[in-house]
Amino acid sequence: MTAYDVEPGDGVHPGKPVTVDRYTLAARINHWITAISLVLLALSGLSLFTPSLFFLTALFGGGQWTRAIHPWLGVVLFFSFGILFIRFWRANLWRSEDNTWLTRIRDVLLGHEERLPELGKYNAGQKFVFWGMSFLILVLIASGIVVWDQYFYAFTSIEQKRIAVLVHSLAAVAIICVWIIHVYAAIWVKGTMNAMTRGQVTGGWAWRHHRKWLRELVAGKRDTAGTPRTPAE
Amino acid sequence: MLNPGPNPPIAPVPAKFGQQDLIRRSASSVTPPAERQTEVAKLIDVSKCIGCKACQAACLEWNNLHEEVGTFNGSYTNPPDLTPASFTLMRFTEWVNPETDNLEWLIRKDGCMHCEDPGCLKACPAPGAIVQYSNGIVDFDHDKCIGCGYCVKGCPFNIPRISKVDNKAYKCTLCSDRVAVGQWPACAKACPTQAISFGSKADMKAHAAERIVDLKSRGYKTAGLYDPPGVGGTHVMYVLQHADKPSIYAGLPDNPRISPIVEAWKGVTKYVGMGVMGFAAVAGVFHYLVAGANKVSPEDEANAEKLTKGDRS
Repeated sequence: MTAYDVEPGDGVHPGKPVTVDRYTLAARINHWITAISLVLLALSGLSLFTPSLFFLTALFGGGQWTRAIHPWLGVVLFFSFGILFIRFWRANLWRSEDNTWLTRIRDVLLGHEERLPELGKYNAGQKFVFWGMSFLILVLIASGIVVWDQYFYAFTSIEQKRIAVLVHSLAAVAIICVWIIHVYAAIWVKGTMNAMTRGQVTGGWAWRHHRKWLRELVAGKRDTAGTPRTPAE
Repeated sequence: MLNPGPNPPIAPVPAKFGQQDLIRRSASSVTPPAERQTEVAKLIDVSKCIGCKACQAACLEWNNLHEEVGTFNGSYTNPPDLTPASFTLMRFTEWVNPETDNLEWLIRKDGCMHCEDPGCLKACPAPGAIVQYSNGIVDFDHDKCIGCGYCVKGCPFNIPRISKVDNKAYKCTLCSDRVAVGQWPACAKACPTQAISFGSKADMKAHAAERIVDLKSRGYKTAGLYDPPGVGGTHVMYVLQHADKPSIYAGLPDNPRISPIVEAWKGVTKYVGMGVMGFAAVAGVFHYLVAGANKVSPEDEANAEKLTKGDRS
């Protein structure tokens, strides 16, 4: 029985430095398909959101192409994120230490990790990004379908479409802000990017930011090593 | 009685208005001309309409449109709704006047109202796809249209239609090409009873006033002009026998205005949204400058090694 936040493929390799497997190849590919579609959606969506960014339609081959491709990118994002959700939801369940983390948000922002509780695979900020993205993607796909006139025009009234387009733009602004937080955190916390590119982090990174998770991985390894069927290292 | 519409000029004449006369341009700003042209208007006198559909036929012909052969739906209204090919449509309503118990056949020629405050233009995200000339005509520039359907959401009268063929929005142009060379719109030219007339907005209002006096003398106590102030007035106006209840005329809006939802979407959401996203990005940069990178220390690595070594023993 592994801990709730240990995902398949997570593992620890002793050495100098210690390396920790954080994301499998499949999870990384899944993440980057989601990421690319989200960025393209933001660019194409913003180009129709405000006239000052209409020039971005040139990236997609003009206004007509932008209008046509944006909803399909949304479909890609929805399914890609759906798979990501199945992978990550369990480890993103809220725990009591997340409340403590939140009350000490000042220490988080100032980088005083020593004053924070030991955390599982994800901290409260990462969980906020995960659940925020999940909720907003649902809102965006639902409202997006209502205004996808090419295929769904007949199913809703114009008044419903007006509400949907307003909700869609508000949710889009919100998800872009969540995305900014997500990307900034990955840049700010050094050693994080490697988790999504190479799949690994250093032991020091895991110790500093997700010590509970690291302890569980080490303990899990000890358990496995103890069972006779597993070959000794 | 008005004079009949002018016949086409024999020699080519320069267009009376063009790009220099724009007072509004979608998703962009224009410098309005110093002098506004005489505002034009089409007046549709519902009380004089005989439902012959000459206007519908003339519109199809002038604009080279080809409506699909439809099916009978139990009403003279055909096609049943405006389409990308039918810029105008006679809507037939059988209405029983509760005061007289008489059946009244209300026939309203539906189509773009050419609002002074056009909701379609305000909703449009494509620069220059919808323009408003200083004479009041609201026109679509199909080369710039991206087919998003925002104009459909912006319009208080449910007029624009998106073509399934080329994914562009279509509606009545008030025959801007004809008006530019001094002609009446095709529908007005074709109308055999002058239920549709065309001229300066002031003249049309004066003509409507005469008509309303006449209608009132015939017992239509609530006859009046439909020039709704909620959209700043329109450049297509109706004379209605029952102007106190426009909605009996196949759902003509009683008090049309640009939906507050559309106003919120195109107004405060756009500016606050850009502000919030910009703030988030700037806050990130500032945080990095003030707090610096969050780096893993050699002690962290040493602690991890100690922990995993404990595992080995």
